[in-house]
Amino acid sequence: MTIRMDRRSLIKGVAGASVLAGAGGIAAPALSQGAAAKTLRFVPQANLANFDPIWGTQYVVRNAAALVWDTLYGVDEKLVPQRQMVESEQVSDDGLTWTFKLRPGLKFHDGTPVLAKDVVASLVRWSARDPMGLMLRGIQKELVAVDDSSWRWVLSRPYPKMLLALAKNNAPCSFIMPERIAQTDPFKQITEYVGSGPMRFVRDEWVPGARAVFAKFADYVPRQEKASWLAGGKQMLLDRIEWIIMPDAATASAALQNGEVDWWETPLPDLVPLLKKNRNINVDIADPLGNIGSFRMNTLFPPFDNVKVRRAVLMAMNQEDYMRALVGDDDALWKPLPGFFTPDTPLYNEEGGEILKMRNIEAAKKMLAEAGYKGEPVTCVVAQDQSITKGMGEVTAELLKKIGFNVDFVATDWGTTGTRRTSKSPPGQGGWNMFHTWHAGADCINPAAYTAIRANGEKAWFGWPDSPAVETEVTAWFDAKTLDEEKAAMKRLNKAALDYVVYAPTGFFLGYQAWRKNVSGVVKGPLPFAWGVSKAA
Amino acid sequence: MFAYAGRRILATIPVMAIVALFVFSLLYIAPGDPAAIIAGDQATPADIERIRHNLGLERPFLIRFGEWSWNVIRGDLGTSIFTSLPVTALIAQRIEPTLSLMIVTLLLSIGIAVPLGVAAAWKVGTWIDSLVMGFAVLGFSVPVFVIAYLLAYVFALQLEWLPVQGYTPLANGVVPWFTNLILPSVALGTVYIALIARITRATMLEVLAQDYIKTAHAKGLSERGVLFVHALKNAAVPVVTVIGLGIALLIGGAVVTESVFVIPGLGRLTVDAILRRDYPVIQGIVLLFSFTYVLVNLGIDLAYMLLDPRIRY
Repeated sequence: MTIRMDRRSLIKGVAGASVLAGAGGIAAPALSQGAAAKTLRFVPQANLANFDPIWGTQYVVRNAAALVWDTLYGVDEKLVPQRQMVESEQVSDDGLTWTFKLRPGLKFHDGTPVLAKDVVASLVRWSARDPMGLMLRGIQKELVAVDDSSWRWVLSRPYPKMLLALAKNNAPCSFIMPERIAQTDPFKQITEYVGSGPMRFVRDEWVPGARAVFAKFADYVPRQEKASWLAGGKQMLLDRIEWIIMPDAATASAALQNGEVDWWETPLPDLVPLLKKNRNINVDIADPLGNIGSFRMNTLFPPFDNVKVRRAVLMAMNQEDYMRALVGDDDALWKPLPGFFTPDTPLYNEEGGEILKMRNIEAAKKMLAEAGYKGEPVTCVVAQDQSITKGMGEVTAELLKKIGFNVDFVATDWGTTGTRRTSKSPPGQGGWNMFHTWHAGADCINPAAYTAIRANGEKAWFGWPDSPAVETEVTAWFDAKTLDEEKAAMKRLNKAALDYVVYAPTGFFLGYQAWRKNVSGVVKGPLPFAWGVSKAA
Repeated sequence: MFAYAGRRILATIPVMAIVALFVFSLLYIAPGDPAAIIAGDQATPADIERIRHNLGLERPFLIRFGEWSWNVIRGDLGTSIFTSLPVTALIAQRIEPTLSLMIVTLLLSIGIAVPLGVAAAWKVGTWIDSLVMGFAVLGFSVPVFVIAYLLAYVFALQLEWLPVQGYTPLANGVVPWFTNLILPSVALGTVYIALIARITRATMLEVLAQDYIKTAHAKGLSERGVLFVHALKNAAVPVVTVIGLGIALLIGGAVVTESVFVIPGLGRLTVDAILRRDYPVIQGIVLLFSFTYVLVNLGIDLAYMLLDPRIRY
C-alpha cells in the first residue's frame, strides 16, 4: 500500500479535520449582533479585479454588477424575459419599431432619476460589445429618447429576440448606467460605479484581490412580483454584503465551518463531502445550467483542417473519462452531452450525436488512416493552472496517443493559453492545433451568446470553423417566431455542427455552492442572487 | 560612515535602473496577453485587438519602456490595466499587511532563533543541541503551506484560539491586529528561525573555540557574560548577514502565506498581477521589492561597522 501525500490530500485533511472542530471561532468582525446579522460575508468564485460589466465580461464582474446595476428586463428561472426597469413596451405591427417606457420612481445611487437618455446611452455602449447587441446595431435605424421616460428603437428588419437580448444573463448584460458614465468608450474601463440596482458599491472599501463591499440602496424601488432569478422584486433583506476573496480552497472551507464567512460560491468538489457532514452547513448545486467542457481544433492547419480527422477524434472520445477527471465519483455532478446545448433547456437535442456515443477507438483509427494523417505533431495547449483544463487536457492527450496521433503536449498557464489561441500562425511557429476550455451552460441555451458554436470562418471563435450550414441555422433561430421553429432550427444546427465538428463537447458538469444554515433564501441559479437572502443572528 | 552610506544610496540608482530594464524586458518577452484576459472567453479576436490597442500594448518596446521610465522617475508607477487604479494606490492599500507580517515574523524569528542557536552551541553534543538541530532541519525542509495548514488545523480549527484567516488593520487595535498575525508569522517564520538558528550555532561554535573566550572563562566571567557579551557580539556579523539575506526568503514566503491566510498584502497582489499579466503592477511591485532589498543590504553593511569596529569602508 502506498500513502499518497500531496497538496490536495493535505487540503482535504485540514478541511476534514475542521468538520470535527465544528462551528464557532473568534474571527467574526467587531459588529453588534444585529449588524452582523444584516451583513453577509460571501466568498465569490474569483477576484473582482475590475468593475465594468461591459468592458470586462468575466462572470465574477457580471455577478457583482447585478447587485449595483439594474436591467431593463430580466430572465426568470424558466428563462423567459420579464420586465424589470421597464413598465411597458410596444412593438409596431411590422415589428420594426419598439417603444419602451420606464417604471416611475427609479433612481441612481447618486440620487438622480433614471431617464430615457441614460437608457439610450447605456444601450449604445452595451451593443458595441455584446453579440446580440451587435446584431441589433447592424439593423438599427434609430435609437432615441422620446421623452424622459420613453425611448424608441427603430430597426430595418424585425428582431424577434429583442426582449431576450435585453433580459439575458450572459455577460455582458445590458446594465443601465447614468448617461455620463455610459458615454465611456466601450473598450475603455469606467471609473465611476453608479447604478440603480438594489445595492451600492462601496468604492472606499474596495481592495481588488481581497475585498469588495456593497451597501443597501435605500431608494431602490423593487417590483412587486416575486423574485425569480433576474426578474421580479429584488427585495434586499441584508444591509451589507462583503465579498471576501479567498484564493485558497482549504482556507475558504475552514472559514465557512468556523463561521468566519457565510456563503461560499464555488467549493472545491474534493471538499464537498466534508462540508456536507457539517451540521451547520448547507450544500447544494449552484447553477442548474452548469457548464459544458470542450476542446477546439484549429481548422486552419493540418491535421484538423480535415473534417475526417476531427470526426475520428469525436468517435474515440468517452465523455465519462473527461467528467470523472473533473468531478470524481459524484454522479450528481455530470451528464453525457451528445450535442451542444445545455441539458434540460428547451432547445437541447441530440440530433447527429451518435458519433459521441460510439467510443470506438478502432473505428477512429480506421478513419484517421482514411483521412491520410501523416503523423504531423499535434500541438495540444493545456493550461495547468485551471483544474478543468488540466484534467481534460490530460484525458485528451492519452486519447490522441491511443488512436495514433503524434502529440506535442504544451503545458502552460491560462493567461498564455488566452494569447496563444488567438494566433493564426502554424502550430510549429507559435500557433496551436488544439486547446481546452469550458462554456457556462447559461451561454449555451441558444445561439444568442453562444460564440463557441458559430462557424463563420474568420469571424468565428478560435479554431475559425467555417460551415455555411451551421450559420444558416443560427440565422434561422434568430428569425424564428415560435418555440417550435426554434427547436427545429436547433436540431438542424446540432447535426450540422457535429458533422463539421465546430468543437468537441466533453460533457456537461455542475458545481456546488455551500452556505451556513443561519442564512436562508439561497437559490440555484446562474449567478448568486442576493435578493431574498437573509441571515439570522 | 555617512559618506559611505551616501555613496551606497547613490549606487542604488544604476542598480534600480538595471532592475527596471530587466523586469520590463522580461515581461515584454513573456507569453500572455492582458487584453485576451480582459476580453473574456467569448470575445472575438477583433475585440481583443481593440482592447490591446486601447491599452497601448501594441506599441514598440522602446517607446513603452521610455514612457514608463520617465513616469517612474516622476514617482508615477502607472495604472493597473485591470482595476484602473494607480499602482501606487494599490501598493499603499497592501503595504501595511505585508509590512506587519514581515516585522512580526522578523521579531519572532530573531527572538526565537538566536537564543536557540546560542543554546545549541553552548550545549553542543547534548540533547538540547540535537533538539535544536532537529527542529532546524525540519523547519527548513517543510514547505510554508504545509506548516500553515497544520497551524490552522491545530490552533484555529481544533483549539479555536485564533482565526483561520483575515487581517485587521493596526488602527482597529493592537490585539486584533496581532491575533490575526500570529499564525501567519509562525508559518512564515519557521524556515527563517531554522536558518538563523543554524547559522547562530555554527558561528557561536567557531567563536567559542577562540582563545579570548578561554581567557574570559579564566578571568572568572559568568557563563552568561561569556556567551552574550563576548561570544555573541563577535558572532553577530554572519548572523546579521543571514538575517538580511533572509529578507528575500520572507518576501517569497509572504506570497504563499498571504494566500493561505487571506491577508490582503503585496504578496497576493503580486500573484494576482502575474496571473493576469497586469504589467504595471508587476513592474511596480518588483521595483519596490528590489529597492527594499538594496536598502536592507545597505543597512546590513552599516550594521557591520557598528558590530565590529575593525570593519571600515
